[in-house]
Amino acid sequence: MKTIFEQSVSGRPGVGLRELKKDLTGLIPQELARDGLPCLPQVGELDVVRHFTRLSRLNFGVDSHFYPLGSCTMKYNPKFMEQAAALPGFSRLHPLVPQFRGAGHFAQGALEVIFETERLLCEITGMAGFTVHPMAGSHGELAGAMIIAAYHKDKGRKRTKVVVPDSAHGTNPASAAIAGFDVISLESKDGIVDPQALEAVLSEDVAAVMMTCPNTLGLFEQHLPRIVELVRSVDALLYYDGANLNAILGKMRVGDAGFDVVHLNLHKTFGTPHGGGGPGSGPVGVCERLVDFLPISRVVKLEDGQFFLDYDYPKSIGYVAPFYGNFGVYLKAYAYILRLGREGLIRVSENAVLAANYLRKRLEEHLEIPYNRICMHEFVASAVRQAAKGVRALDIAKALLDKGYHAPTVYFPLIVKEALMFEPTETESLDTLDQFVDDLIAILEQADQDPAAIQSAPRHTPVSRLDEVKAARNLELTDNCGL
Amino acid sequence: MPYIPHTPNEQRRMLDVVGIPDMDALFAEIPKTLRPKSFDLPEGLGEHEVMRHLETLADKNNTRLVGFLGAGFYDHAIPAAVDFLTSRGEFATAYTPYQPEASQGSLQAIFEYQTAVCRLLDMEYANASVYDGGTALYEAMMMAVRHTKRRKIVVDECVNPIYRRMLDCYTSNLHLEMIVVAHREGGSDLKALSAAVDTDTAAIIVQNPNFFGVLEDFTGLFTHARSQGALNIISVYPLMQAVLKTPGAMGADIATAEGQSLGLPLSFGGPYLGMMACAKALIRQMPGRIVGRTTDAQGRTGYVLTLQAREQHIRRQKATSNICSNQALCALRAIVFLCLMGPRGLANTATHCSELAHYAARRLLKLPGAKLLSQRPFANEFALVLPKPAYHVMDRLTRRGFLPGFPLGRYYPGLENVLLIACTEKNTREDIGILKELLGGAL
Repeated sequence: MKTIFEQSVSGRPGVGLRELKKDLTGLIPQELARDGLPCLPQVGELDVVRHFTRLSRLNFGVDSHFYPLGSCTMKYNPKFMEQAAALPGFSRLHPLVPQFRGAGHFAQGALEVIFETERLLCEITGMAGFTVHPMAGSHGELAGAMIIAAYHKDKGRKRTKVVVPDSAHGTNPASAAIAGFDVISLESKDGIVDPQALEAVLSEDVAAVMMTCPNTLGLFEQHLPRIVELVRSVDALLYYDGANLNAILGKMRVGDAGFDVVHLNLHKTFGTPHGGGGPGSGPVGVCERLVDFLPISRVVKLEDGQFFLDYDYPKSIGYVAPFYGNFGVYLKAYAYILRLGREGLIRVSENAVLAANYLRKRLEEHLEIPYNRICMHEFVASAVRQAAKGVRALDIAKALLDKGYHAPTVYFPLIVKEALMFEPTETESLDTLDQFVDDLIAILEQADQDPAAIQSAPRHTPVSRLDEVKAARNLELTDNCGL
Repeated sequence: MPYIPHTPNEQRRMLDVVGIPDMDALFAEIPKTLRPKSFDLPEGLGEHEVMRHLETLADKNNTRLVGFLGAGFYDHAIPAAVDFLTSRGEFATAYTPYQPEASQGSLQAIFEYQTAVCRLLDMEYANASVYDGGTALYEAMMMAVRHTKRRKIVVDECVNPIYRRMLDCYTSNLHLEMIVVAHREGGSDLKALSAAVDTDTAAIIVQNPNFFGVLEDFTGLFTHARSQGALNIISVYPLMQAVLKTPGAMGADIATAEGQSLGLPLSFGGPYLGMMACAKALIRQMPGRIVGRTTDAQGRTGYVLTLQAREQHIRRQKATSNICSNQALCALRAIVFLCLMGPRGLANTATHCSELAHYAARRLLKLPGAKLLSQRPFANEFALVLPKPAYHVMDRLTRRGFLPGFPLGRYYPGLENVLLIACTEKNTREDIGILKELLGGAL
């Protein structure tokens, strides 16, 4: 499809403001002014509407396609949440308004949203304090790692290392490193963390251990109580990656289980849209002894019911965001929690886990399942049998695109060969799940009989398999406009 | 149960296939000792009940204040088509485009966004966005640290203090040396900045228009910094770039911006849009997502995420940054906004806002004792020195439904009497007249 720049016609007016009576002369001296206009598209409003409507139709979204993408929790995004975030009382509010003396009462509703969201997240996870400031899950990890660093520094000791299991998301080691730590990678045993291996790497140098539970194989970390004990024994902190929280709502609270720091991905568990890669929201929760290190500002409720912004936390790590995080995103999560309530959230996990296990059972004869036991909200299968005949996990993923499904996560976690990671979520109907299994089985049968047909998939998507090597080698990152 | 379609019968069938008696059996692996101590949440509500509650909260916020408040975050008009197009479910509910054949819409839109960012800032390459303008500035600084392998950073005090606080926070464990060069009456002290740069400097960080609305030309400073082997980083106000000397023309190595003014609502601080663009040679140091153009098996044009070997999902602890997401939907808003405005619409808006600000300055300077902090050229925003503390004026005017601006004393000790006043196309000459009346009454 032509780019919007290629559709541009010089001199065609946009919908910009009314024509000016004056020009810049006299306002901005020549030497500070731009030389000519930027090369932006010159297209009419209808051109813009058609162009982006057409582009949207080249996309798979949850609204249009089933998305069994492991570890990403691609559940339905309730529509009323969009209306909530668009209320002018929220969307038009300038973030600096409550920061002036006496102006706090102009933003009481927004401050209450922050206060209540943090309070609800505390109850859901069993943590003592929460901040909604981090702007994405990995940003939450970084904030969490910085809180951990500040805690140890405050105790007057030097802790240089963070332990990360090999099954963790790549963001875990990256966040720890960006916060200034050396990363120790921990090898899993039978798909979960091995306490003996952990014990061997723990020392007085270790600041924290980062865990995901259930982990990225969809398995519950059965040695968790022992792991908590070991981490405590060296006074390190235990970090919880909340990517997989959808599996344990009401079944386990990470605070009660012994975790000290947790980040949540609100766009996963709490149903805010992923947006094609963002914006997200990655609130961070901490146990009692870490509350003083949370970012500022913090919203405090006074006895008269008024809310105000408090900056008086001398041990705080400071400002991880310009203001209060992605307000428009966690506002949706707040609405979601109120809508579902206690029972609703518990049912989310029950039905998400049930759906994953149903899918696992229905697929177990057709794909290798390395850890074939009760899983949590996702499970990892392996296409090793198919790969032996030349059809790899990626080929199966691409064939699924042809059938109108987004592919599962492939080649992750790294510890399973030819990994295909499925997460159906609680919002897909049994009919959808059954149809998906039937279509996937048909693909696997075809892989057996006619591998070439699968290897050349997809054929019915807007483009067929793309040359990623060429894209990286022959970098073309902008259109030619203006060059 | 809302959003869960399974009937009790279907649940029974599913449990039977799994081979377990009930839901509890699914969670048998969670030991009793790890079970929740409480889960004390309210009962679920109907959609209309939640909305009524949120409408009540929204009504407690006063957004009807006539505002001259900017300080880097501006209340611009947003064409209706922006909301309409970006709320389409195929965009909003899609995932990161790891399967490019199923995500050509998002990928092409980002490619077009990257192109627009490069043309607007006059730079060679752009990424697909990061969280916000402050994060973009921090990531730019870390690019420079990696590229130069140096640890000293020179920062102009005229850079948005909110971003400078974020830089302080992110670098607290990193053993970097941050040198802040004080402003001179709201302008950059170019001589002092020049003198602070040496062969240990990784980067110099400046802003245009600066936090006080003052326009600068950093060309000379950038030439000097480059001769010392440092990288030049500039944070800009993107809407104003349609009319101002560009980062590229000044010789910047990395340009960053807060993209909120390009079609994103203020939304109480987020989600916003961190824009990043750089010179060709630095692309492998750039964090985050980057979309490249390529061809498919039939030779047709298509788009993919590229240079992924820099990223955390491949490189883990050795990645250029830990950033995993971008702000795809916010970037989409920005590209749709830029397409609707076109080059002339954007330039017109920038000029119109600047014209209003100059008009406001002329009117307000007639107040007894008022003067401009800086005598240098400014764009859409200016710092007005008052004969009284600015917070005193704020108190009086907010009670009359007016937000007169940003009191600079909040971040700049010594500037307690200074009010930073911003104009957008939403302000009118009449509003400015009333502002003058009210300010006059409060002084």
